[in-house]
Amino acid sequence: MKSGSNLEKILESGQFAVTSECGPPKGTSAQVIKRKGEILKSCCDALNITDNQTAIVRMSSLSGCVILQNMNIEPVMQMVVRDRNRIAIQSDILGAVALGIRNLLCLSGDHQKFGNHPQSKGVYDIDSIQMIQAVKIMRDEKKFMNGEDISGEVPLYIGAAANPFADPFEFRVRRLAKKIKAGVDFIQTQGIFDMDRFSRWMAMVRDEGLDEKVHILAGIIPMKSVGMARYMAKNVSGIRVPKELVTRMEGAKDAKEEGIKIAVEIIEQIKEIEGVHGVHIMAVAWEDIVPRIVQEAGLMPRPIV
Amino acid sequence: MIIAERKPLDELMAMLDPFEKILIVGCGMCMKACSAGGNKEVEALAAAVRSLRQEKGRPVSITEKTLGMQCSPKHVLQLSDSIKEFDAVLSMGCGAGVNFLADNYPQSVILPALNTKFIGVTVEDGVWSERCIGCGDCILDRTGGLCPIARCSKSLLNGPCGGSMNGKCEISRDLDCVWHLIYERLKGLNQLYRLDELFPYKDWSTSSHGGPRKIIREDLKA
Repeated sequence: MKSGSNLEKILESGQFAVTSECGPPKGTSAQVIKRKGEILKSCCDALNITDNQTAIVRMSSLSGCVILQNMNIEPVMQMVVRDRNRIAIQSDILGAVALGIRNLLCLSGDHQKFGNHPQSKGVYDIDSIQMIQAVKIMRDEKKFMNGEDISGEVPLYIGAAANPFADPFEFRVRRLAKKIKAGVDFIQTQGIFDMDRFSRWMAMVRDEGLDEKVHILAGIIPMKSVGMARYMAKNVSGIRVPKELVTRMEGAKDAKEEGIKIAVEIIEQIKEIEGVHGVHIMAVAWEDIVPRIVQEAGLMPRPIV
Repeated sequence: MIIAERKPLDELMAMLDPFEKILIVGCGMCMKACSAGGNKEVEALAAAVRSLRQEKGRPVSITEKTLGMQCSPKHVLQLSDSIKEFDAVLSMGCGAGVNFLADNYPQSVILPALNTKFIGVTVEDGVWSERCIGCGDCILDRTGGLCPIARCSKSLLNGPCGGSMNGKCEISRDLDCVWHLIYERLKGLNQLYRLDELFPYKDWSTSSHGGPRKIIREDLKA
């Protein structure tokens, strides 16, 4: 075992994983994390804590992870290179491991321009692929990026994102291959709506044999309203919502119910795709719905490993 | 070249408010070439300041002078006889020019008329765009001649992030994703294999993160 995390055990034992996420509050209340954790704990194997997502200042990911851990829920700590140079990245990793964190998701982060401090200085000292590489060396060779020795173990299960819907499409598999070469253990993809494109991407992934080298968790974003479907289709870079789905949401009597139905259908289809080893459900501000989606998608109960 | 833009007139008027006798100094190099601070712009700014101060009932005396360049001692020292006559010197040079005037004339008030933007190119008349941040360790041999440090919003070194769509950057649909351009260029050059290599951590100590930089060429020193 690289980290001994629950997520690692589930994936390495060939079981289909379910993860979801908690966005920390724009404030100091641990209760927000606890409430989300309480809702999600029985239907998920691990929960991501986002790191100032969309560049909006929130409680730190590490704090959120510790709060979950104290509830016996396994966290996946997200960390972006936008806000930290290599000194802070490595230091925060040491601290996270000391506090018992075993899963780390390495991300570039949304550009600070999108957030609530657009005047801030973006760091981007290293990129997300270099971060994967650095964490792997920290774990496997017990070395810092500069080659100096680390005292103690760094048992981390290393995650990263992949976006089959970004361009250039042909490069997306190459980029995944690069992340694997850098040392990633698991991938959580961008939210999937365009099943055709996702299937084509997975076919390319299998052709390259990459599904044997990394565990891919398919991203699921439940749509709560017609407005959300339209917004994502138009305004969110990196997400593709096919017109048919927007039309389906528009035509539905109860948009929420339709959104749930679509999410469950997408999971059902994904379960049939060879090489996908789990789902990652991102129900932003709609965590309450995740248990039902997991249940209806036939993914309950969660395995005990 | 270095590209700059004139500060808003309001800001300049406030800056010049305490002064009666002003020298406006242009620069005949980059600032002339990017139409921010050459002789024409010096003339136009001087006229605007004169007229606004006249309207306020507080006329100023403005002298106009455009140096060949503001970043070389030979040119900057041309002001040494006259500069003492002025209450303030408004430089229409880039930031380097402003600094160099201040370095050379410790007794004079030196003010910036421009906001210096970037090292870039004239894409077409009236359009300039950034191409280089002067990181001190050029990597363009590996990226098809296009710079991801200067032109990728996140200065990524290992290819386009998940926000690249239809050739555009996630931060603006008007901004080309340089990694998309690099991909297309390397594809055309049969060099896509370059993108499969893991790009090593960048050494930023050669850039401004290593502290202010200086080059000394012994062979050229007087």
